[in-house]
Amino acid sequence: MMELRSRAPEGPLAEKWEHHRSAIKLVSPTNKLKHHIIVVGSGLAGASAAASLAELGYTVSCFCFQDSPRRAHSIAAQGGINAAKNYQNDGDSVHRLFYDTIKGGDFRSREANVYRLAETSAQIIDQCTAQGVPFAREYGGLLANRSFGGVQVARTFYARGQTGQQLLLGAYQALERQVGAGKVTMHPRAEMLDLVVVEGRARGIVVRDLVTGAVASHVGDAVVLATGGYSNVYYLSTNAKGCNVTAIWRAHRRGAAFANPCFTQIHPTCIPQTGPHQSKLTLMSESLRNDGRIWVPKKKGDARPPQQIPEAERDYYLERLYPSYGNLVPRDVASRRAKDVCDEGRGVGPGGYGVYLDFADAIARLGRHVIAERYGNLFEMYERITAENPFDVPMRIYPAPHYTMGGLWVDYNLMTTVDGLYAIGEANFSDHGANRLGASALMQGLADGYFILPYTIGDYLAQAKLGKLGTDHTAFKQVEREVSERVDRLLTARGRRTPDVFHRELGRLMWDKCGMSRTAKGLEEARKKILELRDEFARDVYVGGRGEDFNQTLEHAGRVADFFELAELMCRDALDREESCGCHFREEFQTPEGEAKRDDARFSYVAAWEYAGAGKAPVLHKEALAFEAVHLTQRSYA
Amino acid sequence: MRLTLHVWRQSGPSDPGRFMRYDVTDVSPDMSFLEMLDVLNQQLLSRQESPIAFDHDCREGICGACGMVINGRPHGPRHATTTCQLHMRMFPDGAELWLEPWRARAFPVVKDLVVDRSAFDRLIAAGGFITARTGSAPEANNTLVPKRDADLAMDAAACIGCGACVAACPNASAMLFVAAKVSHLGLLPQGQPERGARVVNMVDQMDAEGFGACTNHGECMAACPKEISIDFIARLNRDYLTATLAPKPPVKEFTGAA
Repeated sequence: MMELRSRAPEGPLAEKWEHHRSAIKLVSPTNKLKHHIIVVGSGLAGASAAASLAELGYTVSCFCFQDSPRRAHSIAAQGGINAAKNYQNDGDSVHRLFYDTIKGGDFRSREANVYRLAETSAQIIDQCTAQGVPFAREYGGLLANRSFGGVQVARTFYARGQTGQQLLLGAYQALERQVGAGKVTMHPRAEMLDLVVVEGRARGIVVRDLVTGAVASHVGDAVVLATGGYSNVYYLSTNAKGCNVTAIWRAHRRGAAFANPCFTQIHPTCIPQTGPHQSKLTLMSESLRNDGRIWVPKKKGDARPPQQIPEAERDYYLERLYPSYGNLVPRDVASRRAKDVCDEGRGVGPGGYGVYLDFADAIARLGRHVIAERYGNLFEMYERITAENPFDVPMRIYPAPHYTMGGLWVDYNLMTTVDGLYAIGEANFSDHGANRLGASALMQGLADGYFILPYTIGDYLAQAKLGKLGTDHTAFKQVEREVSERVDRLLTARGRRTPDVFHRELGRLMWDKCGMSRTAKGLEEARKKILELRDEFARDVYVGGRGEDFNQTLEHAGRVADFFELAELMCRDALDREESCGCHFREEFQTPEGEAKRDDARFSYVAAWEYAGAGKAPVLHKEALAFEAVHLTQRSYA
Repeated sequence: MRLTLHVWRQSGPSDPGRFMRYDVTDVSPDMSFLEMLDVLNQQLLSRQESPIAFDHDCREGICGACGMVINGRPHGPRHATTTCQLHMRMFPDGAELWLEPWRARAFPVVKDLVVDRSAFDRLIAAGGFITARTGSAPEANNTLVPKRDADLAMDAAACIGCGACVAACPNASAMLFVAAKVSHLGLLPQGQPERGARVVNMVDQMDAEGFGACTNHGECMAACPKEISIDFIARLNRDYLTATLAPKPPVKEFTGAA
């Protein structure tokens, strides 16, 4: 019987982490050398954790599917990273960042974790600055800030529109320093295909070498999954093409509870689709909403070019509906309102699924050069993709899947329900509730990797009393066999449809039925259809080539197979949660104004699903959310 | 649009490799270059032929995974644009395109258009970092950095590590890549203590990896999708000279772990 113990410490909120850190067990420096830790993923969370663990003296192996750890998708984060530094003297504080995050998440996250995140934020900026991350600066040489959606202070640090890139390169360089020192062994182009659990504890992984196709085991004393999110279940998303759920899904099948799988964030400012060839969607940083005004024509089907639509015939709907936050409402709200106006027939651009993001007023007020300095690289990127120049015509944007708040359930130590298995960064569920605020993903990834996991993992290792194991152990041999059989099944199906065809079909289904807006009927239909598609996939997929080769179609096929299983769980979770909260919008549960209507009496919990075996219904476990420091309110951004 | 592609096909490092011709029809001008290759690969798979292997991931021009030589130019004809951000509207209908992998001794071919760029990681491991142990950092605003220096450091730090500079260089030199990192870190006050050791160690590693020397052709800057300037190479040369002419040349040592 699975038991969810959050291990959130007792005591006043502001003292929990300090107290916990002082109370948990330490591993002595000589013993650290003897512990081998496996880190899967090399993004902000994985790279910072691998580097920090190695600095502490642990022996670390780090795995990534890309050709270099520097390519992890954290690199694409544009806007910035939040920290409660209060450099702008605008009244920011740890408590305010904590409150904004928990409110932004619509009160569906664990209070103690969120507070710790806010507490750690300032240290992250210090750490990254010391590494040489070239944050934007003021003329006096101090660090600069800007504001972001869902908050009323300027606490976001940034490096042009490439904040994720610069933070990741900082972590990557720290990681490579440890590779050079012989403390980390890096395994690029290696994909984790399963977890090995021995006597209830995570003891290793099975990976496929993506160049040679060889399947091999790696033994460790603990396994850390930092493998990111699963937005690619929708096929079209802002994620990199390689992002996938396989590592955490396989861990789920081996006993790790999967929490809130239906909490997926649809980002409001992405470039609309152009045609059936579309392979991904491109995000335009939310920071653009600081200066851009969002509008659609008041009239349905108004096909005039934007410049010819007079001011009086434009509907700046966010400013109209939410006068105090205006264009800076949180992402879930901005996305749903965009969908509403497009569903009404007032959308713009080819296909009618787009809204304008207009910089004309900001350019008139601040001058073209100021806008160019703030957003120049984003404007160029937009122009390369659409062949339109945002200085001359308003951008067209539409929501797209972007981030998944759900993930493996973890306790306060970031350990999953499998002893010795940790999940950090986007791969876990812990800090963002039902909706993540802008510039908080980078903060969480680095908080987990630099400042939380390196302490908490010691508490387990100091007490675990792990025996020596080799890859010849029967548990490893068994899992290797299962992995090889799975690979062979994909290769021998020899059907007619490519993995890409199936993936697109699954994605469209999930977008329609389990996307921005959901109903019980739609979710039931989707579940049925997913099962049908999954069966067809098993019978009719065509992969081609060999397993013992560099075979990108095979990689994709394995990931799609796992997306099918995840998709079903997402629908089940969305169906089960009979309320609307944050990004999870059930049409049956809304306020008269069309806002998400929570049901705290029934659903103030984390839904943690336990895998019960193939073809069996997963078991729902509930972690009740107790709020000591905040008062639950209906979110209002009006 | 219709296109004729001549694509370099090579099954592995030991295969000599060859160009193969493919005719692609129904190409939309709104497609990205990689989406055009996706369409071709789907067609190849449906004929049970082997799809073309190419590296790609973010498709937003920032991860640095993609890259191929298109008609002799790394990342193709559009200035300051990665292959994934190149769109088919840049090409005339009926265009004939030759696609090749990065060609350099230090970047062996893995398969088709995929090369092994792990030499870049080893260059960073040799010295492309600032030693700042987690937890040891001082308050960030204690060190003021003039905006001009921070901006210039950011210009250099914008490098995405794609390797186009190496592919463009007649000597297959990695000077622009190394110069960008040496300059990014060397321009900041935090990077000063290791400035000399960094440049010497990285240049030594560059030689060990089999990259060529810089003879100032400037092709790297022309090919760079992030417009990294060769001014940074001048900065590297100055730093290297200063470091090697100093009375005590920096000792090669690692201070990685605790």
